[in-house]
Amino acid sequence: MTKFTGKGVYGAVAVGKISVFKRQDIQVKRIRIEDTQAEIARFEAAKEKTISQLKDIYDMALKEVGEANAQIFEIHMMMVEDDDYNAAIAEMINGQKVNAEYAVAVIADNFAEMFSSMDDSYMQARATDVRDISNRIIACMSEQKDNNSFSDEKVIICADDLAPSETVSLDKEKVLAFVTAHGSSNSHTAILARNMNIPAIIGVGDEFLSQINDGDMAVADGFSGELIVNPDEELLSEYRQKQLDESEKKALLQKLKGKENVTLDGRRIDIYANIGSVDNIGAVLLNDAGGIGLFRSEFLYLENSDYPTEDMQFMAYRKVLESMPAKKVIIRTLDIGADKQADYFRLDKEENPALGLRAIRLCLSRPEIFRTQLRALYRASVYGRLGIMFPMITSVSELEKVLALCRQVKSELDSENIEYSENIELGIMIETPAAAIISDKLAPMVDFFSVGTNDLTQYTLACDRQNPQVEPFCDTHHEAILRLIEISAANAHKHGIWIGICGELAADTSLTETFLRIGIDELSVSPSFVLRLRDNVRKINLSE
Amino acid sequence: MKTFTYTIKDELGIHARPAGLLAKTAKALDSEITISKGEKTVGAAKLMALMGLGVKCGDKITVTINGGNEDASERAMREVLEDNL
Repeated sequence: MTKFTGKGVYGAVAVGKISVFKRQDIQVKRIRIEDTQAEIARFEAAKEKTISQLKDIYDMALKEVGEANAQIFEIHMMMVEDDDYNAAIAEMINGQKVNAEYAVAVIADNFAEMFSSMDDSYMQARATDVRDISNRIIACMSEQKDNNSFSDEKVIICADDLAPSETVSLDKEKVLAFVTAHGSSNSHTAILARNMNIPAIIGVGDEFLSQINDGDMAVADGFSGELIVNPDEELLSEYRQKQLDESEKKALLQKLKGKENVTLDGRRIDIYANIGSVDNIGAVLLNDAGGIGLFRSEFLYLENSDYPTEDMQFMAYRKVLESMPAKKVIIRTLDIGADKQADYFRLDKEENPALGLRAIRLCLSRPEIFRTQLRALYRASVYGRLGIMFPMITSVSELEKVLALCRQVKSELDSENIEYSENIELGIMIETPAAAIISDKLAPMVDFFSVGTNDLTQYTLACDRQNPQVEPFCDTHHEAILRLIEISAANAHKHGIWIGICGELAADTSLTETFLRIGIDELSVSPSFVLRLRDNVRKINLSE
Repeated sequence: MKTFTYTIKDELGIHARPAGLLAKTAKALDSEITISKGEKTVGAAKLMALMGLGVKCGDKITVTINGGNEDASERAMREVLEDNL
């Protein structure tokens, strides 16, 4: 039994035989040529062939991993046609009278070297892309066949490194996992593996290839990043069980993808996802959420050392909206206070920050910060279906001020001739008892309510969320909380607006039926709970 | 000749995809367009050179437009930058 450790880039387990990936091993020799014109013509022909192969790969990738990930092959095509790259190759053929293969190999090295020497790991990883396209051009000039013929069995592919085009071109029906000696989690191969849901381990180190053979039994653990070659029986059965559990779980979830969130007696509910950063969108899509019910905009502030500019925010909001075409995205405006702040806010220390100058109160006392965020949101609204949600509302007059600021931002944009959507939904969080109790007055002013159960619990039961000593007194199922939700729901529906729940309670499956009976229209939970909740909803019968 | 400066807002800087879009746009225009960061200047239609500039978030680049329909080229370049970077 031998163990190699690298970095797992996709969490899943594979058990099977190893197949060592053999690259078309092209020996490029330097040959002196006389007819440079003919040599350049050969290069041009190979380039054309390369482009057409890349087009095929692009189409394949488009189907398998989606447009965003397929784009790398469009970039590859542009690299093949890059002026500098082509000029350098032609110059070398003409000037040194060498064969095209040799010229391509040398120039590829030069460009790859340029990327490798950059101080940014993303750009360093682009060296692989240059080598990949260059090898393809060289292969197109020589007549060699692909020597990776697998048996019918699925295998764990082991390689020194895999180029993106090689990853996509492999027959996925035959691949259990990828394990590579090199590569970074930034490499497109890693990204593609994640999108194809194939366990992948990268950066195992040079020595592993010399110690494995085709046909060796192995376990590739994408969670721990371990490749275990020739495992003992005990370990093997342990992993087989793990694999079985995983696949059962996956099958259950796969079964639920694309299905409706509908009870046995036909009551529908929307299940959306809560996220805190643009990076989580992949998980939202993977878990088939119907939209984003809570996008916490705090990360934009907490990750920066100064107030994020309007443009910076605009780009982030736009990215989220564009990633969720035709789906609702509800972005909550800044929700921070003295307990959770960035230094540049310079908030005074407070005795009781939960009851302090936070969330909408902070925004109303520093309207210039709020205005920047609202402008960015309104500008981004043309890229999707945006909802804006205001946290910690307690009174009608607060909400009036907020709505007046929104109107002001709109008229500013109008006078600057900047577009925004007319269909933005404006809503508030119901997270204070005050808001729930006067929800009849708040409902006519907005398009939706979203219940923040964490704060609603804290404020209703007078239980500090940060204090573990009061936890026993903090009954999240307390009747008072459920009654407040019920009041809010009734008032929402009376005024024809929808109501959702985006706090932790939304994911509590013991309450799903209660929420459905109250008439909650939407539940927003973390992405990994979406399908579980859907499973739960589909088993409920409200007519019983 | 026209020039303008632009500050990169995309968190990854000029990475592969927007570099591709920039190069594609510049190539289709009838002006000679260059992009400079600090001392280094490259042709805007040249993908690999553009990536080689190593432009990061917050960096300021200068776009220089020469010949052809300079107004239209400037508009197109501004648009592709604002939409993607």
